[in-house]
Amino acid sequence: MMDSHASMTNLPDSAEGQAHTPHAEEEHAHPDWSIYWKVALILTLITVGEVWAFYVPSFAASRGFVPTLLFLSGLKFTIVVMFYMHLKYDHRLFRVLFTGPLLVASITLIGLLFLFGHLHIKIM
Amino acid sequence: MPASVAHTSAPTSHHYTTLGLDSRKVAIWAFIGSECMLFVSLISTYLIYKGRSIVGPFPHETWTDPATGHVFKPILNIPVTSASTFVLLMSSLFMVLALAAVQNKEKPKHTRGERVLGNSKLWLWMTASAGATFLGFQAFEFTSFVHEGLSIRTNLFGSSFFTLTGFHGAHVTAGVIWLVTLLAIDYRRGLGSKDSLLVDIAALYWHFVDVIWIVIFTLVYLIK
Amino acid sequence: MATTARPAPKHSPDAYGEHSGLWSWLSTVDHKRIGVLYLYTALFFFMFGGVEAIIIRAQLGAPNQHLVSAEFYNQLFTMHGTTMIFLAIMPLSAAFFNFLIPLQIGARDVAFPRLNAFSYWVYLFGGIFITIPILFAVAPNDGWFGYAPLTTRAYSPGINIDFWVIGLLILGVSSLAAAFNFLTTIINLRAPGMTLMRMPMFTWMAFIVQVLLVLAFPVITIALVFLLFDRFFGTNFYNTVSAGADPLLWQHLFWIFGHPEVYILVLPAFGLVSEVLPTYSKKPLFGYPVMVYSGILIAVLGFGVWAHHMFAVGMGPIADTFFGLTTMLIAIPTGVKIFNWIATMAQGSIRYTTAMLFGIGLVALFTIGGISGIMHASPPADLQQTDTYFIVAHFHYVLFGGSIMGIFGGIYHYFPKITGRLMDEKLGKIHFWLTVVAMNLTFFPMHFSGMLGMPRRIYTYDAGQGWDLFNAMSTAGAMIFPIAMLVFIYNFFVSRKRGEIAGSNPWGAGTLEWTIPSPPPEYNFAKIPTVTSRYPLWEGKGIDYECARINSQEGKTPADLGIVMPYSTIKPLFVALGLVTMFCGLIFARALIGVGAALMIFSLYSWLLSPLEPEHH
Repeated sequence: MMDSHASMTNLPDSAEGQAHTPHAEEEHAHPDWSIYWKVALILTLITVGEVWAFYVPSFAASRGFVPTLLFLSGLKFTIVVMFYMHLKYDHRLFRVLFTGPLLVASITLIGLLFLFGHLHIKIM
Repeated sequence: MPASVAHTSAPTSHHYTTLGLDSRKVAIWAFIGSECMLFVSLISTYLIYKGRSIVGPFPHETWTDPATGHVFKPILNIPVTSASTFVLLMSSLFMVLALAAVQNKEKPKHTRGERVLGNSKLWLWMTASAGATFLGFQAFEFTSFVHEGLSIRTNLFGSSFFTLTGFHGAHVTAGVIWLVTLLAIDYRRGLGSKDSLLVDIAALYWHFVDVIWIVIFTLVYLIK
Repeated sequence: MATTARPAPKHSPDAYGEHSGLWSWLSTVDHKRIGVLYLYTALFFFMFGGVEAIIIRAQLGAPNQHLVSAEFYNQLFTMHGTTMIFLAIMPLSAAFFNFLIPLQIGARDVAFPRLNAFSYWVYLFGGIFITIPILFAVAPNDGWFGYAPLTTRAYSPGINIDFWVIGLLILGVSSLAAAFNFLTTIINLRAPGMTLMRMPMFTWMAFIVQVLLVLAFPVITIALVFLLFDRFFGTNFYNTVSAGADPLLWQHLFWIFGHPEVYILVLPAFGLVSEVLPTYSKKPLFGYPVMVYSGILIAVLGFGVWAHHMFAVGMGPIADTFFGLTTMLIAIPTGVKIFNWIATMAQGSIRYTTAMLFGIGLVALFTIGGISGIMHASPPADLQQTDTYFIVAHFHYVLFGGSIMGIFGGIYHYFPKITGRLMDEKLGKIHFWLTVVAMNLTFFPMHFSGMLGMPRRIYTYDAGQGWDLFNAMSTAGAMIFPIAMLVFIYNFFVSRKRGEIAGSNPWGAGTLEWTIPSPPPEYNFAKIPTVTSRYPLWEGKGIDYECARINSQEGKTPADLGIVMPYSTIKPLFVALGLVTMFCGLIFARALIGVGAALMIFSLYSWLLSPLEPEHH
């Protein structure tokens, strides 16, 4: 895949040797099987943990339940995006294209929940 | 990648690009960014309407119909959905293996393990089958809900639940069709490392759909 | 058909003369031709929406008139808004995106030429779909923002709103496809040396608009899908009566889209004047980096102001304060742009061409609209002004005084590049002055009728409320618009045939699109330029001029230069047709859904499995 990208920078017209060096994709070793199965294992364990937490009534009723689940879900989200979608190894542009909209989306979600009275801001 | 992309059936971009990236990959990431807003709109609506339904059945609470006295149990089936969640998670593993197999197609393989890991058809089949299995679970879930008395028309929960998970299911369906198309190409002429990008963009889409399910599973199924 | 190679076409100095057969237009993937298609189609819809406005004004010209029925009046104002926003201003901007972005960044086409054709055909079919009903008096009739629950089946049982919901869904597909395409093009197809901070300001504003489209359209898509499901499948998203739905859900979702949409409508025009003003002042744009950053800031803040459209619903003091403050904040980057344009003109050697006049017109008239906007950023003031003609005056100063003035400036400025001929300046100036008089005579009195309490969207009114004079003035102004438009249309078509030959750079402008022949050859640049500055023709180095010299040569075919051009193909048109047929099926006959889907999927596969262009070596 890397060399296919590199060859795309070949500009037929730039043979005159103009001072032009396109920013080729940073070369990083892609993760392979040894990382992939560990990632899958971690994802499975987190999922098992989440479902287990759901079935512990004392924990499910406690204040820590929702934040814990949100944290675990966010963790899984991040792991898949970083390793399976190889954002960790890929061009910086892709990170911007994903995190920008994700940020706008998250803030919109929080704003809407507040406006519809599901979240409360305490003044004083 | 010399000019021998002739038998690549999809359009191949081999023009100069500013960042040295393939435009299709830039576009798929932009598309994924856009999909974030799409799913947030759906998820927001689900959460806004959470607990606002006038009549049951409800996701996590029992409800007695005052008219008939019929008792509706909490409708969400956590064990079944946990299983389908696991299947979808595994499909992501199969997907990365399919991509790696295509990327390393031309590398010599010595051991049996290397040959299995390098079998792109196997991993594409596994991914597509896992996706189809997930859809099977969803079909089972939807029909059993309707059987128990929750349809898309019943209450706010029914409308927002079926629409949210249905949109996700539609995305999985599109992904399965995409994977089957790649498989067809693989059978017809073999996917090689020069086709990595075709598989890569499909994989990005597939993982994104998985990631959305990770969020839905927690927000809809686990948090009461 | 796309698999058989077509003989390499020759470049013709006459506007696309050699390939002007109908088939060549239906199957084109050339961004310039698609831009021209957008321009003609959008100008048609602009005039269609204008006729609707004139009937509205005629109805309101005097108290207690009944020129049209109240029901038809509702359809008129709904379709006037919908047409102008989705079928006129956005596609007019898209015409310029198509034509200019590749030329300004030194590219041979957009990133996905066939997707580009698809966007246009979806727009055309969607536009026809949503426009036809008014000819049969069954057009959408609940306002351009289609507030649910008013638009649900319970309160709008006819097919009127079905056309609106489905039409907007179709048009959303077109906008999103185009947005991904342009976003990728600007990110990835810039010529060597065309860094982000050297991009022409129009391309910068276009870039920001694509980001807004990509983020805003999914939200309206979902809001519309909810409404579609409510109307067709009996879901409860907006069912406030029996299911306990929240009546504000639609409003929030709609305005999360709707406010960025305002910037989607006006930023392209800002980009166009940012090309026009420097050219005719013979000065680089003042404060270029600040212009870029203010544009980005407008985009970011644009997602945090949506609820200022909803102060009247009673969201509580925290929300009101927050959205009031962000709305006032967003005025700052907008104001910065106004000052930068003025500073660009200051001490320049100004030529008052028609394009320049429209550019100056934008600066003046948009400022009026901007200032009245700040007035209702304050919730208490807004409670007096909301839903009155004061708001109508405000957004027409922003959309007409801003978007339309900028777009006309852009048309006069780029007409020679598109057609190879100049527009008549004398007629252009008549058009400009008629437009300015008509615009102010129509919309300025609305400030007063609004302040005196005249509500929006009313069918007629009683005499003696102090509104008569102002309404008569507005109607008189509206009657001048058709005259102005006739002058423009006459000028447009006569100049296209008989205008003075323009040459590659008739205005002495500085950016890349002026280094190539007018009209540009289908490959745009014989040699992909290397860029060393923001205005290669004004302040470039030797290499800039060398590229310009090579690229200004006329008459070379792609074959002469060894340039591979994409095949033309009809497939995107069929995919678009399938998509629209599928949606039509929801209203007319369910069987069409399958037919449309089959056509769409078959054409789509055929498109994706055929090569974009001949193999190149």
